[in-house]
Amino acid sequence: MSAKALMAWQDLALGTAICEPGSAAKLKTGDWRSMAPSLDEEKCIQCGICLILCPEFCISEHDDGFFRPDYDYCKGCGICANECPKDAITMGREEK
Amino acid sequence: MAKRVGLEVSLAVADAVKMSKAEVVSAYPITPQTHIVEELSHFVANGELDAAFIPVESEHSAMSAAMGSAATGARTYTATSSQGLALMNEMLPIASAMRLPIVMTIANRSLSGPISIWNDHSDIMSIRDVGWVQIFVENGQEAFDISVCAFKIAEDHRVLLPMGVNMDGFMLSHMIEPVEFPDQSDIDDFLPGFTAKMILDPAEPVTMGPVGVPEVYMEAKVQCEQALINSKPVVKEVLDGFAAKFGRQYNLVETNGKEGAKTLFVTMGSLGETVMTSVDEMNADGKDVGQVRIRLWRPFPQEEFLAAVKGADKLIVLDRALSPGGVRGPVASELASLFHGQADAPEIVNVVAGLGGRDVSVDEFKEIYETAQSGGFKDAYTVWGVMSNA
Ligand code: SF4
Ligand code: SF4
Repeated sequence: MSAKALMAWQDLALGTAICEPGSAAKLKTGDWRSMAPSLDEEKCIQCGICLILCPEFCISEHDDGFFRPDYDYCKGCGICANECPKDAITMGREEK
Repeated sequence: MAKRVGLEVSLAVADAVKMSKAEVVSAYPITPQTHIVEELSHFVANGELDAAFIPVESEHSAMSAAMGSAATGARTYTATSSQGLALMNEMLPIASAMRLPIVMTIANRSLSGPISIWNDHSDIMSIRDVGWVQIFVENGQEAFDISVCAFKIAEDHRVLLPMGVNMDGFMLSHMIEPVEFPDQSDIDDFLPGFTAKMILDPAEPVTMGPVGVPEVYMEAKVQCEQALINSKPVVKEVLDGFAAKFGRQYNLVETNGKEGAKTLFVTMGSLGETVMTSVDEMNADGKDVGQVRIRLWRPFPQEEFLAAVKGADKLIVLDRALSPGGVRGPVASELASLFHGQADAPEIVNVVAGLGGRDVSVDEFKEIYETAQSGGFKDAYTVWGVMSNA
């Protein structure tokens, strides 16, 4: 079988339906990232705007009060960095 | 007791859908399909058909609603024509990709422009490759019978694909013909209720129609392609089962005229009936001519067609659609591919005729035959009867 394919056509569900609820969590959109956000805790005022505006909903509030992305899902779009009122987030090239 | 009545073929199709106990009809009226869905809306309104009739705002919505309906496991019907089919186009390959067994009558009508409400096959040929089972009917009885069979074929778990029943607009849809109606109980025996294989159900959630990333898309397409190819024996089985129960046999490919004739007309749709008369008259005059009628267009019945034309050395292939800039008309191109590499391949003479409702008479088919015999058709295809100054 081609290494470029996920599975044989015979093994796909009818109509290529997805029969496992919640399986979208397995799609690690972090794979797409070429730029990664990093947080300057000196500048951050913990307002949470980045959490609200992240299109992947991958930013969460941590115990120390800071908002940080889950890099499994952060796709590196840079919206958080663009929208942060304190310029506390900078986008840097993703390290391979 | 089965009863025989004379009525408009569109109404016979509506009766077939009613007797097939469709549960959802979502449709938008368009000439020449309107009488079918209008009649069905009456059936639903007066309680003769226990179905939801969804009067949508466009054909795009008609197909979308039909898909949603079929995804819940309801027996689903719609009908359209020409520009309406074109407006559905976006949804058609999605319906097959999602393996939704919708039955749709297409009252074949030329695509505008110029604006035309008359009949040819340019509408259906524009959606040839959407992955639907596609069948053509020639007369009123066949339109009724095949409409019933279509539900059984589409809903078979070995198929689970949408199916288009093509009937020529006006030339067939608006004819008044004698049609024999079977008893409801016999149709119920032949066509039990639809049991879906996969449905939208909150208790067992599935996502239908998700994204097909490059790692999945090709496999998804091949799954549908294989389902369509593998539908052929089911189509045959259902048509044979219909014959066993109701006594009317429909084959994937039909033949008539002189047996073993060296020259054969190849037709699809109701123009085939005119050719039939022409061939009969030519046979009476001693001409060596016969006819092959293609009923199933997708999947193309390759073996059956080859068997039907065995021994012929010339095929006069009628196309009712142009493939502008292409090598030949769509049916002739199909056959040229079929014969590719075969040593005893017959000569293919391709005549494009009857576009936009232009009549082609019994005598004209005789003229076409004579022209073909004298080698008068020099080009890969000829647009028959077009007025030209050249
Ligand atoms: S938007 Fe900026 S300041 Fe506000 S929580 Fe996010 S990083 Fe901190
Ligand atoms: S870069 Fe985009 S995806 Fe990643 S955390 Fe910021 S907003 Fe979310």
